[in-house]
Amino acid sequence: MLKISNLHASVEDKAILRGINLEVKAGEVHAIMGPNGSGKSTLASVIAGKEEYEVTEGEILLNDENIDELAAEERAHKGIFLSFQYPVEIPGVSVTNFMKTAINETRKAKNLPDMPANEMLKMIREKSELLEIDRKFLSRSINEGFSGGEKKRNEIFQMAMLEPKLAILDETDSGLDIDALRIVANGVNKLKSKDNAVIVITHYQRLLDYIVPDFVHVLYNGRIVKSGGKELAHELEEKGYDWIKEEINA
Amino acid sequence: MELKEKLIASFMAFENQVDIDSPVHDVRSEAIKQFETQGFPSKKEEAWKYTSLNSILKHDYSVFPKHENTVEYNDVKKFFIHDIDTYKIVFIDGKYASHLSQTTHDGIDVCLMSSALNKPKYRILIENYFNKIAAKDSLTSLNTAFSQEGAYIHIPKNKLVAKPIQIVHFSTGNESALMLQPRNLIVVDENSHVQIIERHQSLTDNPVLTNTVTEIYTNKRAIVDYYKIQNDNENASLIDNTFINQKQESVASLHTFSFGGKLTRNNLNFYQNGERIDSTLKGVTIIGNKQHVDHNTLVHHIEPNCESHQDYKGIFGDSSTGVFNGKVLVNKEAQKTNAFQANNNILVSDKASINTKPQLEIFADDVKCSHGCTIGQLDESAMFYMRSRGIPEKEAKALLMYAFSNNVLSSVKIPEIKQRITKIIATKLGVNIGFDL
Repeated sequence: MLKISNLHASVEDKAILRGINLEVKAGEVHAIMGPNGSGKSTLASVIAGKEEYEVTEGEILLNDENIDELAAEERAHKGIFLSFQYPVEIPGVSVTNFMKTAINETRKAKNLPDMPANEMLKMIREKSELLEIDRKFLSRSINEGFSGGEKKRNEIFQMAMLEPKLAILDETDSGLDIDALRIVANGVNKLKSKDNAVIVITHYQRLLDYIVPDFVHVLYNGRIVKSGGKELAHELEEKGYDWIKEEINA
Repeated sequence: MELKEKLIASFMAFENQVDIDSPVHDVRSEAIKQFETQGFPSKKEEAWKYTSLNSILKHDYSVFPKHENTVEYNDVKKFFIHDIDTYKIVFIDGKYASHLSQTTHDGIDVCLMSSALNKPKYRILIENYFNKIAAKDSLTSLNTAFSQEGAYIHIPKNKLVAKPIQIVHFSTGNESALMLQPRNLIVVDENSHVQIIERHQSLTDNPVLTNTVTEIYTNKRAIVDYYKIQNDNENASLIDNTFINQKQESVASLHTFSFGGKLTRNNLNFYQNGERIDSTLKGVTIIGNKQHVDHNTLVHHIEPNCESHQDYKGIFGDSSTGVFNGKVLVNKEAQKTNAFQANNNILVSDKASINTKPQLEIFADDVKCSHGCTIGQLDESAMFYMRSRGIPEKEAKALLMYAFSNNVLSSVKIPEIKQRITKIIATKLGVNIGFDL
């Protein structure tokens, strides 16, 4: 589904990603871990198409198509979803209307008519129940005055509504208490299928107890320096990242 | 001949044509003298520093259209709020269009300025109210000198007027260039409530300059909601001079929606002559190309315990320019005044500009007055967030701009007006999305 080869990216001429290779197949869950500043969020933003980042070398293929020239919305239409580490507040735009616009614009891009209102409402009801979201919450401005947990739940709610092929969860566990973490993970797990894939970016192992990865990669200094199975996450949790840094620097 | 000379020369012909014996004759004569002395305002005057009239005064405007033109309702239906029942006072090239209008004398007067000025039964009201709060500046004086036609609305006490009143001025391009001087007088007596919508619409690309004056009197506990829809084509210019005199406990709100026109200048003046008065002035401006919109507001707090709320949002694209000049004057006696003013602007293009100037003159010592103005760009992180969810750039921008204006729209009390404004905004921004936020 996703194939990244030798990806280099920089922001304002500062190289951040220095040769990433990663292949994610349908049905897989990959975890990307690593110390602060290693380039995890940059990788997520580059895949999602943030314009501030310039790809200087290498390529990203989504289902064998190079997506380098595609705008963020076109990538979204092709099924890429990024759950933000810091979801943005948009005063004046309600969650419901935002979702309606996002879904219908995605359908428009696929030459489909707008989703009928009753179908939309039904879907909103189902997905909000899945994420245990109060209906009142949906008429509020997106992320405005939301608690950390509400913001992350709202991200996964949007993921549930948009049904992406490839979901990238950037530090979705940060700011979550244990109950919210369980709800969010449960939501992600219910949405998982053999046809889609998930990349979980996290600093800590605890989310991976709930969303169990097939592969774990360690990102350090803009490169994937170690890959393994889920046991690698436990090892990192126990020993921290220093031993990896030492290994690399040695 | 310069426009000024042409207007002064036309005045004599105009006065001969209307009733010289009318009590307003002296008022008109005095006004034309005022205009003659002052001339058109120039950029040397502080209040006109950022708005030059030069480009719109160069046309050879007809002052009186020579032919009458007619338009069919179906051709102009879209310029009306037509999905609800309303009174309508409609003019074509400055002349009353009875076939498009729906006036009334049933308990309230919704009719013509010309009849109010000429008929004896209105004489007392005209003597008490006509030109009593209109300023003596040059443009208002020019309008006063030529005042003859417009809307006359009198709501006697204890009336809740169920149907909104639409005042619509069409210009047809019958003349190569046309100058219009509509004059409205609105008197709302004790405990009454009225809603008014005003619109100026040119139906061709010929240059039109409208210099309109509206006097509004809200007597004790009266409520007036006034909406100005300014979405004319880009050859039409509008100078709007509105004066509102409020008596105690009255509530007046005025929303200005400025999307069209070549040059739009709103001179909006609120005078609070009583206690516990509430005044609201709100506006949304969304312009592009070389359009220019200037809001020049004054709220004069004269007596204690009154409030004023100003909230103006502006979005400027291309090479458009905006001006906000908001003056709040609090007299020494006007203790316990609450006066709020906000002016927030987004510049969408590098070539667009806004000059914003809050002006607070406070002589009382126990008041709450605040003002804030901001100038910024669209939030890039919000843009990426929306686009990453599949909302294309143009639609994302539009949604952000709409959300930015939403504070002003949310206080519009007539849903059909809100829908209409929403539709105009979507068209203006070139998107086809519903903004039911």
